[in-house]
Amino acid sequence: MNRLQHNLACFNTFGADESWSLKTYEKHDGYKAWRKILAGEMSPQEVIEEVKASGLRGRGGAGFPTGLKWSFMPRDVPGQKYLVCNSDESEPGTCHDREVLRHNPHCLIEGMAIAAYAMGATVAYNYIRGEFIDEPVPRFEAALEEAYAAGLLGNNIRKSGIDFDLYTFIGAGAYICGEETGLLESLEGKQGKPRFKPPFPANFGLYGLPTTVNNTQSLGCVPAIIRNGAKWFADLGPEGSGGTAQFSVSGHVEKPGNFELPMGIPFKDLLHLCGGVLGGRRLKAVIPGGSSVKILPAEIIMDCTMDYDSLQKAGSSFGTGAVIVMDETTCMVRVLRRIARFYMAESCGQCTPCREGTGWLYRMLTRITAGQGQEDDLDKLLDVANKIEGHTICALGDAAAWPVQSFLQHYHHEFAYMIRNHGRSIVDESAEAAA
Amino acid sequence: MSDGIVNIEVDGKPVEARKGQMIMEVTDEIGIYIPRFCYHKKLSIAANCRMCLVEVEKAPKPMPACATPVGEGMKVFTRSPAAISAQKAVMEFLLINHPLDCPICDQGGECELQDLALGYGRDVSRYNERKRVVKDKDLGPLVSTDMTRCIHCTRCVRFSQEIQGLQELGTIGRAEDMKISMYIEKSVDHELSANIIDICPVGALNNKPYRYSARAWEMEQRQTVSPHDCVGSNMYVHVLRGTIKRVVPRENEEINETWLSDRDRFGYEGIYSDDRLLSPRVKQDGAWEDIGWDEALKILAENLEGAGADKTGILSSPGATLEESHLLARLADHLGTANIDYRIRQRDFSDQDNDPVFPWLGSTIAELEASDAILVIGSNLRKEVPIIAHRVRKAALAGSKVSFVNNDAFEYHFPVEENIHDGGLVKQLAGIAVAAAGKKKLPKPVGALVKGVKPRDSQRRIADSLAGAKHAQILLGLIAGRHQASSALRALVAAISELTGAKFGVLSEGSNSAGASLAGVQPHRGSGGHKRKAAGLHAGEMLDASLDAVLLYGLEPDYDICCTDDAVKKLAGQKFVAALTSYNSDALQDAADLLLPIGTFAESAGTFVNCEGRWQSFNGVANLPGEARPGWKVLRVLGNLLDAENFDYQTSEEVRDELRDLLGDIQPDNRYAGKKALGKVNGADDPDARIDIPIYRTDAIVRRARALQLTPEAQRSAYEGG
Repeated sequence: MNRLQHNLACFNTFGADESWSLKTYEKHDGYKAWRKILAGEMSPQEVIEEVKASGLRGRGGAGFPTGLKWSFMPRDVPGQKYLVCNSDESEPGTCHDREVLRHNPHCLIEGMAIAAYAMGATVAYNYIRGEFIDEPVPRFEAALEEAYAAGLLGNNIRKSGIDFDLYTFIGAGAYICGEETGLLESLEGKQGKPRFKPPFPANFGLYGLPTTVNNTQSLGCVPAIIRNGAKWFADLGPEGSGGTAQFSVSGHVEKPGNFELPMGIPFKDLLHLCGGVLGGRRLKAVIPGGSSVKILPAEIIMDCTMDYDSLQKAGSSFGTGAVIVMDETTCMVRVLRRIARFYMAESCGQCTPCREGTGWLYRMLTRITAGQGQEDDLDKLLDVANKIEGHTICALGDAAAWPVQSFLQHYHHEFAYMIRNHGRSIVDESAEAAA
Repeated sequence: MSDGIVNIEVDGKPVEARKGQMIMEVTDEIGIYIPRFCYHKKLSIAANCRMCLVEVEKAPKPMPACATPVGEGMKVFTRSPAAISAQKAVMEFLLINHPLDCPICDQGGECELQDLALGYGRDVSRYNERKRVVKDKDLGPLVSTDMTRCIHCTRCVRFSQEIQGLQELGTIGRAEDMKISMYIEKSVDHELSANIIDICPVGALNNKPYRYSARAWEMEQRQTVSPHDCVGSNMYVHVLRGTIKRVVPRENEEINETWLSDRDRFGYEGIYSDDRLLSPRVKQDGAWEDIGWDEALKILAENLEGAGADKTGILSSPGATLEESHLLARLADHLGTANIDYRIRQRDFSDQDNDPVFPWLGSTIAELEASDAILVIGSNLRKEVPIIAHRVRKAALAGSKVSFVNNDAFEYHFPVEENIHDGGLVKQLAGIAVAAAGKKKLPKPVGALVKGVKPRDSQRRIADSLAGAKHAQILLGLIAGRHQASSALRALVAAISELTGAKFGVLSEGSNSAGASLAGVQPHRGSGGHKRKAAGLHAGEMLDASLDAVLLYGLEPDYDICCTDDAVKKLAGQKFVAALTSYNSDALQDAADLLLPIGTFAESAGTFVNCEGRWQSFNGVANLPGEARPGWKVLRVLGNLLDAENFDYQTSEEVRDELRDLLGDIQPDNRYAGKKALGKVNGADDPDARIDIPIYRTDAIVRRARALQLTPEAQRSAYEGG
């Protein structure tokens, strides 16, 4: 198998003229899977089994098996059920859902239609991040209109007896609304504050009714899975990480960008694809899955393959596939301070450890970078992070704690150096030495 | 394992729990305390403070006890190192931005955060960064704010959403900038709003009138009962050297649960108004002069003895205690007069012979919650009896069909089936009665009232909802009681109740209408509802008659008397008027010749019988001002001066027990006994009649409660001339 096949699922129309149009999508076998279902060739159970067998895992960050999640929906219980697509893409470093919405919105629409059919939901919402209002939203809306006009959505679609309506909802730019229950609250018109679980959305979701929330990319992969079969998809990646993944590579690389590649590609190859480290400098560290996951130093990440198991074994996780590359000139203290500021600003504020702790972390780090650090600050940083982790309603608290824990684990000496030298970074030192 | 029961283990002890219970509910029941801030048993679960984190076997991380349902075989550790460490972690976070200004905080000494910080906090803070400061909100005259102290538990927000049904508070902002706020700057106006003072676990929301006037540990807590409505909410007063500093709810699930209406909480301020009567006073040649008690009582006794028996009248307040009422009734008997009445706000006495033994709710307050259909007639329910309105709201939220028939479109913060507010109460009820009767014949008393009436759809729906319900309840409110045609209303309601099987209940004036009825403060009934041989003058007739001596007890003629117009003028025209009163108002000076200072509910022992028929006794809790004396003692001495027999009571309990023995076993019964046809109401059913009394004008104490009078609610009614 060619390990460098690009754009096999969500990005399959990329490069074509008007890749976002229905015409182009259909040229790339678009809506074939949906038409097959409309023709009555697949039962909902068969769809769920197919997705289960494909090894597709949630691409929003947690990596929960998608088919299994679908099977939690009380399919046979009467009453309204909902499917919600989480396009509130806001994990720092991540920008591939935006590309799906801009360049191949139909694959998401088809994926949502299939998913809703499998779970017995007749209404779906696509919750799109507010900042996407310029291009992704209009593209998605236009595609939706096209799909309705082509008779692919609506009531009793093509006399199949299947109903499916899809609506766009635009968020207001809060990171926390990417958390699925925060998203549901926001969708209901309330403040985006995550709910305590259980009950899970499959039992008590939107307006208290059974709901499944899936990430854009997860749903966008579904048409390809149904079209080409579960085995095709599963075989693209290693055991436990089926299919393709979209990597958003940013930071110190020559050619940053979004790449849809088979799961399990060695990090080395991915770096090579991006033209290597910027300016031919030395790689220092990589955050492999968005700012919430733990940082990996160069010597560890260079031996990793980009899939769930490998990254977990290395002490981090696949996350959203947002690969943030840092070269030797990067000051780890300043990076962590920037990350801490993000979580301080984006905490919803409802539970105590996250509301109070994220600000504490940021203030300590700010003090250290301003040269006011004290010797016991590093123990305190770690202790505060440990006290946030696992003590909150949602995972934002954990996401705020993990960077602190991993930065201190791998780069403790840089922090200690800065405290000792009143705000001077270890990086500045080597830069001066080089000069 | 029986159904619905799960076996769990808490700190090594096996415990049986009900399925679906949260860990916190189970531990509370067995007396294991888990620290908490956001959890409140009457509010929904938020699980946001994280203080109640406990260790649960097999759970990967500590779980919030308030939001974790029990499961079979679950092992919970509330005091394990992991649990304590999680709780201590949360406490540290709570304290980093808390100002720790306990020495100048009113909550100090009774603060949940302070108490728990003692157990879970550190001695020295590790937080060296800048602390958060939050600007205070102006929530009006009742609740003070120190928002920097807020720990964001959102109890107040959930209270306003879930208990009030009117969201006055919410959160704005995110992360550290999250604040408790109004969306648009305004005061908290709901009649239960000040309960946020009690539920706030820290000193962020506090009692504004009480602010900085005492410390929690220097006050004594004494029990009493609210004098402002027929519910008789249980309260504690906090007293510093004989002065009431504040009032808080005394939990009683059967009456006020954990709540208190703002009127009950802040009414006490009226006790300390500047126009308290401090000494007996007599009018000599048009000028008032202070005199001693001996002289004053002598003047009163002489005038009463000198007056003809049928030329003596006693008007009492429905807020007078059971003991005072009993002594008044006994004095009237001794003087040989039946001109005695507490029904000073009633306008229609035409059918008084068919009065029940006392005005009764028809069920208990708690039972109202379980009604599946409720019809309220002639009542501004939320303002008249906030605690009953809360029960009705709970019923409505649980699916009960609640309807209103009123002269005004009052606002309710719960689903209302039918809200009829046009066309006159009698006319509306007649329609409902006809609808309820269907093909059956309506009883004779209401014959003339329903003649030719064709029910409207809304009236039919109400009749159907009552007939179709398992536990239907009709409530006749205070506006109905003050109505020009209240007899017709009562007869119609009785007929509807009979036809639909709905319970018939009455809300009554003041805190002790039931007690005054039982004691026999009525011209047609003696104690226990025994018919008098000959009825005396009722409240409406008394002032129109020319009397030799009138005794006013605990009332203000300019505000409290609705049974006749120009009460002050009419009183001034009587030969001799004495008032036993706590206040020295202009109107009383105009109306009376002799003023005797008596204590309020707070300053004398007594008993109120609430609308359920529940007897609630209380002691005097505050010092009497000046020369004022408890009313029952004044009446007792007066009885001695008049040589009344067996008037040697030593305690108020003796007075109460004497009446209790006299009454024997009296059962309340709201069935209408009348057989005679009532006449047409003609002009008495005026749909535009404004006979509502604003919530903060109901009695002499409330009218003088400063903070309540500053509320928008009170200001509004002042402008509207209510």
